[in-house]
Amino acid sequence: MSATDGTGPLLEVEGVSVRFGALLALSRVSLAVGHGEILAIIGPNGAGKTTLLNVISGFYHPYEGRIRFAGRDRTHLKPYDVAGLGIARTFQNVALFKGMTVLDNIMTGRIIKARGNLLLEALYWGPAMSQELRHRAFVERIIDFLEIEAIRKTPAGRLPYGLQKRVELGRALAAEPELLLLDEPMAGMNVEEKEDMCRFILDVNDEFDTTIVLVEHDMSVVMDISDRVVVLDYGRKITEGPPSEVRTDQTVIDAYLGVPHAS
Amino acid sequence: MIYRTAGQFKTTYASDQAIFPIVQDRVVVTLALVAAFVVPPALASEYWLQAVLIPLLVYALAAIGLNLLTGYAGQLSLGTGGFMAVGAYSAFKLSTAFPHLDIVAVFLLAGLVAAGVGLLFGIPSLRIKGFYLAVATLAAQFFLIWLFNKVAWFVNYAPSGTITAPDREVLGVLVTGPNATSGARYVMALAFVAIFGLVAKNLVRGRLGRAWMAIRDRDIAAEIIGIRPLRTKLLAFGISSFYCGVAGAELVFLYLGSAETLAFDVNQSFLVLFMVIIGGLGSILGSFLGAAFIVLVPIFLTNAPHWLGLNMSVALQKHIELMIFGGLIIFFLIVEPHGLARLWQITKEKLRLWPFPH
Ligand SMILES: Nc1ncnc2c1ncn2[C@@H]1O[C@H](COP(=O)(O)OP(=O)(O)OP(=O)(O)O)[C@@H](O)[C@H]1O
Ligand SMILES: [Mg+2]
Repeated sequence: MSATDGTGPLLEVEGVSVRFGALLALSRVSLAVGHGEILAIIGPNGAGKTTLLNVISGFYHPYEGRIRFAGRDRTHLKPYDVAGLGIARTFQNVALFKGMTVLDNIMTGRIIKARGNLLLEALYWGPAMSQELRHRAFVERIIDFLEIEAIRKTPAGRLPYGLQKRVELGRALAAEPELLLLDEPMAGMNVEEKEDMCRFILDVNDEFDTTIVLVEHDMSVVMDISDRVVVLDYGRKITEGPPSEVRTDQTVIDAYLGVPHAS
Repeated sequence: MIYRTAGQFKTTYASDQAIFPIVQDRVVVTLALVAAFVVPPALASEYWLQAVLIPLLVYALAAIGLNLLTGYAGQLSLGTGGFMAVGAYSAFKLSTAFPHLDIVAVFLLAGLVAAGVGLLFGIPSLRIKGFYLAVATLAAQFFLIWLFNKVAWFVNYAPSGTITAPDREVLGVLVTGPNATSGARYVMALAFVAIFGLVAKNLVRGRLGRAWMAIRDRDIAAEIIGIRPLRTKLLAFGISSFYCGVAGAELVFLYLGSAETLAFDVNQSFLVLFMVIIGGLGSILGSFLGAAFIVLVPIFLTNAPHWLGLNMSVALQKHIELMIFGGLIIFFLIVEPHGLARLWQITKEKLRLWPFPH
């Protein structure tokens, strides 16, 4: 899936609002993500960060506003169609396939790259076999990249939390996405694991030119790796800019300190 | 031959992706398969073939079918008996309406009809899950049995309401009907379960199997990866019902010889479900082990008191049988959801390291 000519932004969110009953989880949020950019979304608990990722990946549909990807409107697509466009993601509370091995989890991530032919697959013959082996070779490169060779055949559910997050990143990478959405990829990790994860994210961005949108609470991580930061509070975008500016912005400090605001 | 993996380094992904990556396994399985085709027809008694081996193979096929749906795709079904009935009645109608149609084709077509019906009853699975889906499939079970009882066309208007397997040949040998030998019927059942067991294994280790397991383990994550839930679940219902349908046709044509709807009642659904749970959810090998277990336990209970010189009433036997099944199902559900297949795997791993456990 090739993007536009590279002039316009890769992802545009225009005045998107999402409502859960009486709760306005997102209120006219707009943002744009350029090709190859790393954008961080920050904000206090319940600000609507996960909800924003959920609308982008098609789980919720906004009741107003539009979402454009690679220049095309895709506001009303289903999650499985969004995958086909080249958007992959990870979840805040790891959503691995627990009963499957690490290898199978990542292989499953390649499903949109696979052509199905039930008859050949039933016989595991010819193109079905060579396709399987091609995907296996690709997945092995991801396994090497993430340094998880030793746990290839371990059921994902038996891994410690930090490793599960890493495997989930691998599963998202398997789809060779243009846009990668990461929901708190470092939550619950120790310092060393966080450093590894930062390195992986930067490498992915460098080597494959993958555009990344990540939600993160750890401010030092955000300052280190993001090109730009968007701040959400109570479903509204309160500011955006380079990390150094956002850090000293008074509205951001107020939001985090819980200063009551007029609404 | 010693069970060892030493020196067997997998140097290509092809060999690592093989069904039986360990050479000893490959050799043993091939030998066992050849022996299974040759030895029992030559040596086993009529009793063993008819009362043990043939039902074991027929039920193994049904258990594989249900395991694809429940063990791999995570969709609980209590409609197995109904889908088997669709296979049986379709095979009966096809073989009587087209007497010249090859019996192998009859079985396969009967499976396809069952697949279609299974697909239809799988549609609610998009909206409902778990317990509610089980109830919906139970409704399918009762509806199908009611239909076959009600519409005399299905039994060619036989006043007895039974369907009977006609005489049919494969390669000049009678394989169904009252005059077919038990050896011939056994070989026919074995051929089907061997081929379709292999097909099932190929499916579950590939793209489709991973999609099924992904839906089972975390449907939301599966969807975000690009797996279409409805299509994937319907394929599971269709393919699973194909297996159950062929098994249903075999139940009448290769095992019982003739049957009424009673042979496909809800008990049958539970029996196959027990096989899958005891054998191992999500395991093709487990489907065989579970079928063997459920077929063999009653036979053991019939004979054991006799060997011990005890006198046990038939009713008591039946009760003990139910208690054993019930106890084991609770045990496996709580302690080892991967069933006998997992226990077998653990034994193998121990064996590989023996005699140095660490
Ligand atoms: N499916 C839903 N139904 C109802 N309310 C929801 C739903 N999803 C989110 N919300 C509500 O919307 C608001 C925003 O939630 P969201 O999960 O997007 O916050 P967040 O910024 O990701 O917070 P956190 O940092 O805790 O992850 C919260 O008040 C939450 O309770
Ligand atoms: Mg969140």
